[in-house]
Amino acid sequence: MRKPTAAHEPLIRMAKRGEALPAWQSWGIRILAFLLSLVVSGIVIVAISGLNPTTVFATMAQGAIGTNKRMWVTIRDAMTLLCIAVGLAPAFKMRFWNIGAEGQILVGAIASAACMIYLNTLPPVLLILVMIVSSLIAGGIWGLFPGLFKARWNTNETLFTLMMNYIAIQLTSFFVAKWENPFGSNSVGIINSQTKAGWLPNLLSSGYNGDYGWNVIIVLIVTVVMYLYMTKSKHGYEIAVIGDSENTARYAGIRVNRAYVRTIVLSGAICGLAGFVAVSGASHSISTDTAGGRGFTAIIVAWLAQFNSVVMVIFSFLLVFLQKGAQAIASSYNLNQEVSEMITGIILFFLLGSEFFVNYTVHFRGKKVSKA
Amino acid sequence: MTQVQLLTLVNSAIAFGTVIMLGALGEILIEKAGNLNLGIPGIMFLGAIGGLIAAFFYEVGGGTSPLVGLALSFLCSLLFSALGGLIYAFLTISLRANQNVTGLTLTIFGGGVAEFFGASLNTLAGGVGQISVPITSSAYIAYTSLGYRGILGKLLFGHGFMAYLAIVIAVAMRYFLNRTRSGLNLRAVGENPATADAAGISVTRYKYTAIICGSMIAGLGGLFYTMDYIKGTWANDGTIEGLGWLAVALVIFATWKPVSAIWGAYLFGFVYWAYLYIPGLSRSTLELFKMLPYVITLVVLIIISLRKKRENQPPAGLGLPYFREDR
Repeated sequence: MRKPTAAHEPLIRMAKRGEALPAWQSWGIRILAFLLSLVVSGIVIVAISGLNPTTVFATMAQGAIGTNKRMWVTIRDAMTLLCIAVGLAPAFKMRFWNIGAEGQILVGAIASAACMIYLNTLPPVLLILVMIVSSLIAGGIWGLFPGLFKARWNTNETLFTLMMNYIAIQLTSFFVAKWENPFGSNSVGIINSQTKAGWLPNLLSSGYNGDYGWNVIIVLIVTVVMYLYMTKSKHGYEIAVIGDSENTARYAGIRVNRAYVRTIVLSGAICGLAGFVAVSGASHSISTDTAGGRGFTAIIVAWLAQFNSVVMVIFSFLLVFLQKGAQAIASSYNLNQEVSEMITGIILFFLLGSEFFVNYTVHFRGKKVSKA
Repeated sequence: MTQVQLLTLVNSAIAFGTVIMLGALGEILIEKAGNLNLGIPGIMFLGAIGGLIAAFFYEVGGGTSPLVGLALSFLCSLLFSALGGLIYAFLTISLRANQNVTGLTLTIFGGGVAEFFGASLNTLAGGVGQISVPITSSAYIAYTSLGYRGILGKLLFGHGFMAYLAIVIAVAMRYFLNRTRSGLNLRAVGENPATADAAGISVTRYKYTAIICGSMIAGLGGLFYTMDYIKGTWANDGTIEGLGWLAVALVIFATWKPVSAIWGAYLFGFVYWAYLYIPGLSRSTLELFKMLPYVITLVVLIIISLRKKRENQPPAGLGLPYFREDR
């Protein structure tokens, strides 16, 4: 046994803040953390490439929003990311760890691609509607399994949804091999490149992929509806209560198991819809990269935004901007584009760490003042 | 199937299994301390690239001794994965960030770092083409002298030394977790940190140590992959990420028991490579076949949650944050 020591005050002591910080201060901390992370990633880029940091950031901006086309691609990818984050938010808010968005996106994408391939004679609007519905159903089913097992037997949903991702990836590989075109290419190629059946049309302009206006409209509708669902409906209220305390929710007579299943199916369905947006509105093809890690990135978007819809929009744009920018640096200075993942990681570490200073205060020995 | 084919299959299963076994062993140690670390793929990436960077600079600098290359790459790999673990530990324990989100971020970060340096190290150093460290790698895949005596000899001795190291780590970890005071303390921290704290165990210190040691073990999985499995090269195809998630799956499959991870890993390797030897598989059904390890894991996960046998359950405090003042 260790000898008892005299009580002494530790060098650093942390305490939960008695009352929450006012919004401007908490956001100030987050923005400070973000700026700090930019400095660190700037140093990393300069150390690797030996470039002037201002040139680097100019190249990034040029790569992400430099031309009309690039701007639209940035908007398109931000919208897809936002759609996934919006889908994940309700599940995470009730502390259901759905890390299976990757799989739910893929099955939604498979369902959309299947409609494009097998139902390409339907009238265009009807075809799009069928694709939307089938991707919602596919994603919902992918969420249903972990939801049912969680509700009935308390099976760990983090690990369950993780496995479902890989099953979906192999399923995608299966369909890619089945639908490959041309034969032997091991890719599906552009589906319906002649007829453009099942493609989301241009909204504002003409020409091949002139704009992605419909992607924006679809995702914004989903975002607004989800915002209303979460803040104004009884279901949204139940989600909030369960997330804060499952026992309180039970005591209040909320049917927790039913809410689990309902919410995860909804969450999966919207991630499935993101798969539709990715296939019909962006790539017009399908591969195992259709989800491309966005199912994981979106978790971080939703979490850091604390499920606030407006903040999720900002974060989605920010992350996509950084990715496109880093890719531009990579291609113009002959570096590998994975540098974008590295920078995203650094920024997210800082943002995750900053939450601590929002919620806690740090006291140093002998001082009465608190440092935030 | 001929005897030779079977031998090849078993040996590739063992090599594949060693990668995920090391990853899973690291994750078991971390989960026993109550942290669900979804950063394992990222840490394996870091361990892989750390070893590769050391070996690369050693060989570019004119080093010719395989053993020195081995020592440098081994140490550097441990250092990189320990740093990855330290970032995760600092964020989740000291700064109380969410474990899942921090882990996923670590996976993104580690993958970015590894694939960036793996693909551009050679260019940055002024070379051309793919990175390759044949001298160091030769030390990892040097077979023991007994290796060529018949089928049994090849089966038992035909592997790089890390394949045996993984088994030793697994057995040692079992002993540590079940038979030593520190191991029992560590499990107490993972089961119920508040009780452990009340008993005078330093929760913070145990968690930090377990996460950093576990990360170093998991990082060795990445090192084994680059140095032995793909023979001292680098491929930017994200294979390590897939293997990392399979390692997380293996932890469940082994129901958090280090020794079960040994045969579980080989079984996963066997199932993963078996399709090569099944006649009449078309390319598309082959992809369905590769689903098997994940489906099996899912079934195991469901069965352990149905049976509720106490010794098969995850640590009770898994994934939950601990802050003394929260009670």
